[in-house]
Amino acid sequence: MHYMLLIYGDPAADVPPASPADAFARFEDATAALDSDGALVAGDRLHPADSATTVMFRAGETLLTDGPFVETKEQLLGYYLIDVSDLDAALAWARRLPVVSWGAIEVRPVDVGPPSAPLTRDRAG
Amino acid sequence: MSATDVALERAFRDEWAVVLAALTRRFGDLDVAEEATQQAFLVAAERWPAGGVPPNPGAWLMLTAQRKALDGLRRRRVRAGAVEALGTVLVTAMEPEEAIEAADAVGAPDPRPFHADDRLRLLFMCCHPALALDARVALTLRLVGGLGPSEIAGALFVEERTLQQRLVRAKRKLRVAAVPFTVPGPGELGARLDGVLTVLYLVFNEGWNASRGARLIRGELCQEAIRLARLLHALLPEDAEAHGLLALMLLHWARADARQDDAGRPVALAEQDRLRWDAAAIAEGTAELESALRRRTPGRFQVQAAISALHAAAPSYAEADWPQVAALYGELARHAPSPVVDVNRAVAVGMADGARAGLAILAGALGRAELASYAPLHAAHAELLERDGRPDLARRAWERAAAASANDLQRRALSLRAERAAVPS
Repeated sequence: MHYMLLIYGDPAADVPPASPADAFARFEDATAALDSDGALVAGDRLHPADSATTVMFRAGETLLTDGPFVETKEQLLGYYLIDVSDLDAALAWARRLPVVSWGAIEVRPVDVGPPSAPLTRDRAG
Repeated sequence: MSATDVALERAFRDEWAVVLAALTRRFGDLDVAEEATQQAFLVAAERWPAGGVPPNPGAWLMLTAQRKALDGLRRRRVRAGAVEALGTVLVTAMEPEEAIEAADAVGAPDPRPFHADDRLRLLFMCCHPALALDARVALTLRLVGGLGPSEIAGALFVEERTLQQRLVRAKRKLRVAAVPFTVPGPGELGARLDGVLTVLYLVFNEGWNASRGARLIRGELCQEAIRLARLLHALLPEDAEAHGLLALMLLHWARADARQDDAGRPVALAEQDRLRWDAAAIAEGTAELESALRRRTPGRFQVQAAISALHAAAPSYAEADWPQVAALYGELARHAPSPVVDVNRAVAVGMADGARAGLAILAGALGRAELASYAPLHAAHAELLERDGRPDLARRAWERAAAASANDLQRRALSLRAERAAVPS
């Protein structure tokens, strides 16, 4: 099962002292552990949201905006794509990431439906 | 009800979760398992009245459901690869034809070696923290309790369509996110078990303190919660909190008859006729509590049960061991802090040390904006103000309590207290 671990946080936030006892101190440690466990498919840190460009096509026009799709205090900081047996395994990794004490990890299952199926709104139902 | 109806009812109650859980494990697909179990019970309802109840109803239901499940799989032409693509991690690697052969070779399946664990797996899956609390409650009642969706909707006082959607979404989440059909490992078990106990207690409480609607107590929910607590207790005999939860439910349930008058109006603990308390339930609840405490792993359900036991042991409300009750609420606040605990502790301190002392404890809760609509807070406040000799303030507090209550019978009782407080004595 593939899951994306979407890492959200406010880069300007103060880091509170408390973390789960087995939390990784740094992302480098988490990445190395995921890799040696064979769970790591991909993972990247992203540049901050103000480096983003958002693209939309509306009313016959391609629109570009400077910045993320949604302006929020918490931004998408990075992600992991992992391959593990089930949700509990994915959650076990997510809860140890350095950011849990000051940000949040969204754990989303990857939809590995038929490759030919279009990514339409219908499939969300 | 005919003898067959009774047998069917009992089989349903006993065997629903056994069959569903076993099929879920065997076929790795909750939807197939639920459909097949439902169909088997329907066949029983059709055939048993005429043909008689089989000598082993459980085995009959299991075998019939298994055949239905295989039919279901054949109909869906499920192939292992496609099911994996849908996100189910439970599927075996066998092709359906292989699965059928293997099941047939086994003959009449004996669920006994596995069924205890399977129901536990089912319970843990339904109560997984990845699901919202209302989804966990609905799923537990449906899949472990075997209640029908309209029954559940009626009991929880929601629209049936809403309940159906809740169940559909919850089952989709289980499937798509691959929530595993497992009992958690030792590291996770404590926290996850607490989650299960929470759901079961929520079901009980929803029946005991019906938050909406015209009836004060919905006995069918309480009974279902007790049944599920007994199941959990049987499956995890070593766990002190599972004992504690059962004890708590029994000690509360013992008071059901006394808790409402003949018109269905609520009777406060202080006014209850203790002769109407169920002595057998109290005895069983107390024994369960003692059994729990012997394991020396205290927890919030044991503490709550201990408080309930102190009330059960007292000949009257005033004669309860109030200092001990207050101390226990203090301990409960450490295990599971909540406004409910603060209010109850204030009441207990008020009984042990006088109304002034109780009011001092309550002051903190009264200042919190999020508790402004918490009826029991205002009711406790009113009670203490009355005892402190301030009827005008008490009347206003009773009115606030009544305004905050969503239960018709509670609200009327509280309004009545407001009227009585206004009358100078």
